[in-house]
Amino acid sequence: MKRYMLALATVSALALSAVGAHAQDKLKIGLIVTLSGPSAVLGGQVRDGFNLAVKTLGGKLGGVETEVVVADDELKPDVAVTKVKGLLERDQVNFVVGPVFSNVLQAIHKPVTDSSAFLISPNAGTSNFAGKQCNPNFFVTSYQNDQVHEVLGKYAQDKGFKKVFLMAPNYQAGKDSLAGFKRHFKGEVLDEVYTPLGQLDFSAELAKIAAAKPDAFFTFMPGGMGVNLVKQYRQAGLANIPFLSAFTTDESTLPAQKDDAVGFLGGANWAPNTDNPQNKAFVAAYEAAYGAVPGTYAMQAYDAALLIDSAIKATGGKVGDKDAVRAALKKANFTSLRGAFKFGNNNYPIQDFVLVKVAKRADGKFQTEVVETVFKDYVDVYAKECPLN
Amino acid sequence: MSSALLIVQTLNGLQLGILLFLIAAGLTLVFGVMDFINLAHGVQYMIGAYLIAMFSAWTGSFWAGLALTLPVALAVGLLLEVTIFRRLYGRSHLDQVLATFGLILFLNQLVKTIWGAAPLSVPMPDVLSGSVRLMDGLLYPVYRIALIGLGLTTALLLYVLINKTRVGMLVRAGASNAPMVSALGVDIGRLFMIVFGFGAMLAGFAGAMVAPILSVEPGMGDNLLILTFVVIVIGGIGSIRGAFIAALLVGLIDTLGRAFGPHLLRLMLDAASANQAGRSLAPMLIYILMAAVLFFRPSGLFPVKR
Repeated sequence: MKRYMLALATVSALALSAVGAHAQDKLKIGLIVTLSGPSAVLGGQVRDGFNLAVKTLGGKLGGVETEVVVADDELKPDVAVTKVKGLLERDQVNFVVGPVFSNVLQAIHKPVTDSSAFLISPNAGTSNFAGKQCNPNFFVTSYQNDQVHEVLGKYAQDKGFKKVFLMAPNYQAGKDSLAGFKRHFKGEVLDEVYTPLGQLDFSAELAKIAAAKPDAFFTFMPGGMGVNLVKQYRQAGLANIPFLSAFTTDESTLPAQKDDAVGFLGGANWAPNTDNPQNKAFVAAYEAAYGAVPGTYAMQAYDAALLIDSAIKATGGKVGDKDAVRAALKKANFTSLRGAFKFGNNNYPIQDFVLVKVAKRADGKFQTEVVETVFKDYVDVYAKECPLN
Repeated sequence: MSSALLIVQTLNGLQLGILLFLIAAGLTLVFGVMDFINLAHGVQYMIGAYLIAMFSAWTGSFWAGLALTLPVALAVGLLLEVTIFRRLYGRSHLDQVLATFGLILFLNQLVKTIWGAAPLSVPMPDVLSGSVRLMDGLLYPVYRIALIGLGLTTALLLYVLINKTRVGMLVRAGASNAPMVSALGVDIGRLFMIVFGFGAMLAGFAGAMVAPILSVEPGMGDNLLILTFVVIVIGGIGSIRGAFIAALLVGLIDTLGRAFGPHLLRLMLDAASANQAGRSLAPMLIYILMAAVLFFRPSGLFPVKR
């Protein structure tokens, strides 16, 4: 009987201390990303990158014990809203980190920024939240979506390509992509082809490209579409026409594209071979833990964790002091894996953008590598519409 | 726009048609003979692609991989028939749609659990990895031409099988009147199982054959399934010949429409609006064709006589 009493006392003491920890000094982070469907790889990278950062920092962000709750938005805005409400109301998270996709961001932005939590996007950075609808409780560790496409347009312009052929899937992001490319490219656009979303075989379009004889080809074909296009582009013998793309040849698709993508160009804010000590350590740790080369998704999620870490540290662990945390977040006082990083008035990053090229590493794996800097300390074009400062 | 481009685009259309035929052949048999709507047919195509990705990586050879893929695809088809589909034959179409749709979700998830969500790729077999120059600046992979040849051969074999053999006769009889065939002493259950397994194997074969040119990923069969249903509706449900003609028709119209639609419209409209209209019209063409066929010949181009 005595022994039972002792056990009971221990259990209740444990339970009490757990409650105490929850109320006072535990940091809860809700991670909402796409973990099902064909795009699950991207969400997986965000989750792994974030968890790696928390693990590297000893399970604590800013010195506070941290718990990460992972939710799958299924790439459905309505599902995402339900899951986010669960994170906010049931789990009482202090930060929501996510999502991967812009349409999901549109849906969860208001519920999170209206709550007591902060929203940190490790990937999606739409134009509306960069401009007029910018929000003091919303931070982006990636980029404004257009910028990656602008990198290729600027490069094509600087390189002196006269005639380009553009292709994108027929949906909003595809149209935004080609518009972003044309913002800095002033040469002739031979043709703009929009393919149905999810198209698998591009042989009809490839024949058109061959007939048009452009100086360069620009496309935005995320996921499996990009895998198919790159393979078929190479097989059609078109690889002598420079292949410029955004989100088409990155670390999420390279394991399938392999040699076919080598030498193809892309735009990014970072590459696995970005030369600084913190990035070398990150890439090595990521590969050791997950057996894959990290992409920008993982890097931006890792940086999101570092950002939160820096803010909590600056406030001395006062997770609940929202104004102090906000001010500390805005300072972005952490060493980003990409190098220089600061927030603009709209809480989107001001950073360098580079041209990257696909390469095969000595160990047989594939990654993108930095070729040259295209934009220095680049501010997105919507920032001036944002009333924050 | 040159005649070379026209030839290339026609080849592209043929190739899409052949691919559709390989999938539609199994589907139309299952639908026609058993009166069973199998939405999970596209998943069997995906399984074929994943199997060859795995087996060709294991054995290091595409052909050895293919030799292993076909029996396993057949086995998977038979397993699904015995465990699940057999229980659905007597149910209403709505039940069948629901159950097979559930199976799509389940198998897509299973594939992701086993092989991961990232797309896989299959190297082209060396023998067919060359290419021919059909027009200036464009190489046409020999593999794609071989694919067309292989599809035509399969179509021919199927024709012989269905029209000249005893099993084929039973299948045709089953498509016309299954209860009567059963009453004549044929084990209709076994016939159904054979047809089903064979259909699954054909879909798996199609998946394996396209794996070197398309990416292998979860859900890859779902988009194609819709086109396949269009094909069997146009061709006439249960008719292999109908599926063949309709598949080629759909493949050619879709490809040529996408390639030349805007050019043709440019004869009537200015360039910008022709582009815009062509872009919207091209993906609709095959559905317009289907609507027209359904209007003039409600049971398809080559209806099975009942």
